[in-house]
Amino acid sequence: MSPPANPKAAAAVTMAEAPAVGARAAPVQTPLRRFLSEFAESKVAVGALVVLILVVLCAVFAPWIAPQNPYDLGQISILDGRLEPGSESMDGWTFWLGTDDQGRDMVSAILYGLRISLGVGVTSGMIAVFIGLTVGMIAAYFGGKVDTVIMRVVDLQLSFPAILVALILLAVLGTGVDKIVIALVVVQWAYYARTVRASSLVERRKEYMEAAHCLALPTRRILFRHMLPNVLPPLIVVATVQVAHAISLEATLSFLGLGLPITEPSLGLLISNGFKYVLSGKYWISVFPGVALLITIVVINLVGDRLRDVLNPRLQR
Amino acid sequence: MTVFIIRRLMQAALVIFVMSVIVFIGISVVSNPIDILINPDFTQEEYERAVRALGLDRPLYEQYFVFLGNALQGNLGDSFVFGQPALELIAHRIPATMELAFGSLFLSIVLGIPLGVYAGLRPDSRVSKTIMAGSIFGFSLPSFWVGIMLIMIFAVELGWLPSTGRGETVELMGMQVSFLTWDGLQHLFLPALNLALVNISLVIRVARAGTREAALQDYVRFARAKGLSSSRIVLVHILKNIMIPIVTILGLELGSLIAFSVVTETIFAWPGMGKLLIDSINVSDRPIVVAYLMLIVCIFVVINLIVDVLYSVLDPRVRLQDVKQ
Amino acid sequence: MTAAVASPPATTLAATGTRVPQDTPALVVENLRTHFFTKAGVVKAVDDVSFSVNRGEILGLVGESGSGKTVTGFSILGLVDEPGRIVGGRILFNGEDIAGYGDDRMRNLRGKKIAMIFQDPMMTLNPVLRIDTQMVEAIQAHEKVSRADALARARDALGQVGIASPEERLHAYPHQFSGGMRQRVSIAIALINKPDLIVADEPTTALDVTIQGQILYEVQKLARGTRTALIWITHDLSVVAGLADKVCVMYAGRVVESGTVDEVLDRPLHPYTHGLIGSVPSQNNRGQPLRQIPGMTPSLLNLPAGCAFRTRCPRADKVCEVEPDLTSPLPNREIRCFHPHLEGAA
Repeated sequence: MSPPANPKAAAAVTMAEAPAVGARAAPVQTPLRRFLSEFAESKVAVGALVVLILVVLCAVFAPWIAPQNPYDLGQISILDGRLEPGSESMDGWTFWLGTDDQGRDMVSAILYGLRISLGVGVTSGMIAVFIGLTVGMIAAYFGGKVDTVIMRVVDLQLSFPAILVALILLAVLGTGVDKIVIALVVVQWAYYARTVRASSLVERRKEYMEAAHCLALPTRRILFRHMLPNVLPPLIVVATVQVAHAISLEATLSFLGLGLPITEPSLGLLISNGFKYVLSGKYWISVFPGVALLITIVVINLVGDRLRDVLNPRLQR
Repeated sequence: MTVFIIRRLMQAALVIFVMSVIVFIGISVVSNPIDILINPDFTQEEYERAVRALGLDRPLYEQYFVFLGNALQGNLGDSFVFGQPALELIAHRIPATMELAFGSLFLSIVLGIPLGVYAGLRPDSRVSKTIMAGSIFGFSLPSFWVGIMLIMIFAVELGWLPSTGRGETVELMGMQVSFLTWDGLQHLFLPALNLALVNISLVIRVARAGTREAALQDYVRFARAKGLSSSRIVLVHILKNIMIPIVTILGLELGSLIAFSVVTETIFAWPGMGKLLIDSINVSDRPIVVAYLMLIVCIFVVINLIVDVLYSVLDPRVRLQDVKQ
Repeated sequence: MTAAVASPPATTLAATGTRVPQDTPALVVENLRTHFFTKAGVVKAVDDVSFSVNRGEILGLVGESGSGKTVTGFSILGLVDEPGRIVGGRILFNGEDIAGYGDDRMRNLRGKKIAMIFQDPMMTLNPVLRIDTQMVEAIQAHEKVSRADALARARDALGQVGIASPEERLHAYPHQFSGGMRQRVSIAIALINKPDLIVADEPTTALDVTIQGQILYEVQKLARGTRTALIWITHDLSVVAGLADKVCVMYAGRVVESGTVDEVLDRPLHPYTHGLIGSVPSQNNRGQPLRQIPGMTPSLLNLPAGCAFRTRCPRADKVCEVEPDLTSPLPNREIRCFHPHLEGAA
């Protein structure tokens, strides 16, 4: 005969036994802190971030760090031209990375070039983000005809390779910093618009948007206070990688002779100048700016990759 | 299937038409359309005579129709520099560019797919992680810099391959092609590799993602339960499933390949359309720029069409959907 | 529903090609343990499971999701992937222990001597390959036959499972079939090389009830007719009632009750089985609230010590904090419980 079933005992046993899964005492984690700690899990990404910060600092403080201003004709001498890395200048200091055909110190040229490359890339990126963000959110929020028209334009633009669009624009507009920025903005905005629209559409279906709508909040407020903060994370990821692309594209355009004028050379132009010397063995005029460009682009990409992994909701634990 | 093709063709024609309008308006807005067709170095008298002769003092929409009419007949003006019809000049260079583009495509497939599939089947192995790291590099490095590096290493330092120019050509179907000669192939390899690098990286990533996903699917498990060999599972079951995203990527990127050939042709002095374009931009030879634009639009539209058709061949579900419609 | 039974040979082929006596059970599983070594801990998906199936017999393996029944099926076929593996016990197929077989040797058995039918037929058939491709490759993986011969066999197999106009169907793609027909194709593929054992993992769960009935009927007929041993994995007791000869009830990776279908269903001994049967809505309890087993299946990472069912069992007490062994309170019955329902009618 089995003893009578005792529900209270069973319940007590259940509760005592019920294991607290994962109930270790954990420190309070704000979203920001959690984001930072997840980001920091990849040592590669952290290393890349450090290098990136260094690069940005170099670019910003270039006029103060560089040994000479390579575009001040008074400071350079053609007699110093095409010297190997490590050679001495006439004034007694070392050209650590050699000189180009005009006698400019490569280190200085690279620092100034970095400044321009980063400046152009980031500026055009920011403007394009702003335009793309506005257009994308409007398209998603209003839907219907507005959406269709906007998306047709976006699709048409995106079906053409960026470089071609930029080339043609520059062919028509001519050279100059402002024109390059315009070209880069035109090339990038559509991509942002599409990304923003996609995430806005997802957000629009969520309940908090309906709630905001029901409260009869003004459209502008709904868009900026409610939808925007949720749309930003994927945008940040895309923007990071796109800035790298923009820098790469600008370098390519400069290399082809269509970008910035010689008075404000970016890294691309430096590489282009040095190209003709590669075949004769004077590699440093082209290679070192190239390495600087490379490092910049790679670290931006690595950071962007990691950001994407961390911010991707589907990979959340 | 025919209905499908016809419908796509009509869509293609529409896009080309729209683009021609945009190109025309674009050029008109930014600069005098007259300048497309007439050399700005003419004297005032010659200028006015040419204007009247070409009907360029007419209202804009009339001019557009003239432009369109001319374009459909293949007349897009004469080059300022060479004095010959712009379209002819560009068309002459198409085989060289296509050779480069298809050579790159070939390399993308032959290198990208095996590497990507391997990385997908053994995602945690060292080789696989190296491949993925390499693909990030291939993807983010500016192609012109890679081209310079390739020349420096393989042509200057090691001397294995020539650094510039196109090799010997032979005639094939009325065109001059160089991939049929050994010398031609040697000249073709570096530029094609340079151009292909971004593509290879993309294909590797897509192939890896697709393979990883496919390997976890039930039909792979079922195939194993049937006792099939792993090579058959990979080569038939998995490969066929990842071909769709790969074809999509390759199709999308073919246009990009042709566009980026501009850079590669400049570096390697490859006599294709792209180099002509850059040279023309630098000397403001506008008829060539316009002709290039229109030609590129047509090429892209054709590529999209082919990709769509390929899609339906590869994915039977797409094919039948269209038939029902 | 009598099937024509050919007179059986006196011996049968074991995995290694030697002959074993006819009455050797097709499959004997002894104390099988399959564990998954995950970052979160060790998941004992299958923890000491034993049963046997004879040729022509149908065994129902019943349990909720998470009970380990599917993993048992995969273990038999050697399809348990990392981070899981078989850590103990024997799997005697026609007398030979195949638990330790490498992938190559298992591949010879799979699809030929032991076949498996999966749950969701949409995803088990490759959507971009035609039906005939997928059937012919199952044959050609094990035998050198011409494509024409293989196609003929495929056609016959489709006819056997009740698919009309098999010739046309062979050229079709999986998405052109309904769910029931796709499952029939899977069954045809399983039968095509005349295996000694078929493991069917919830093959009718995703189908309509009427189709389910048809398929159950056909499968039963085929299994008996070809004297194939069949393990039918399911969570649905009513399926087992109409189909199987024997039944094993699994909970949290262990067998808690086994016996013939009639006996277990008429007179369930284990409180879990009791609860399962009691929770089936039936006409006798009209108007009464539905009975259910309180609580939820525990996560396999955090099993209660002792009897795994303890936390939900109305009959549990301090004794149950020790894991019960398998006992045989009645002939041909086994249970794992300290307080079975041994009183009169359930």
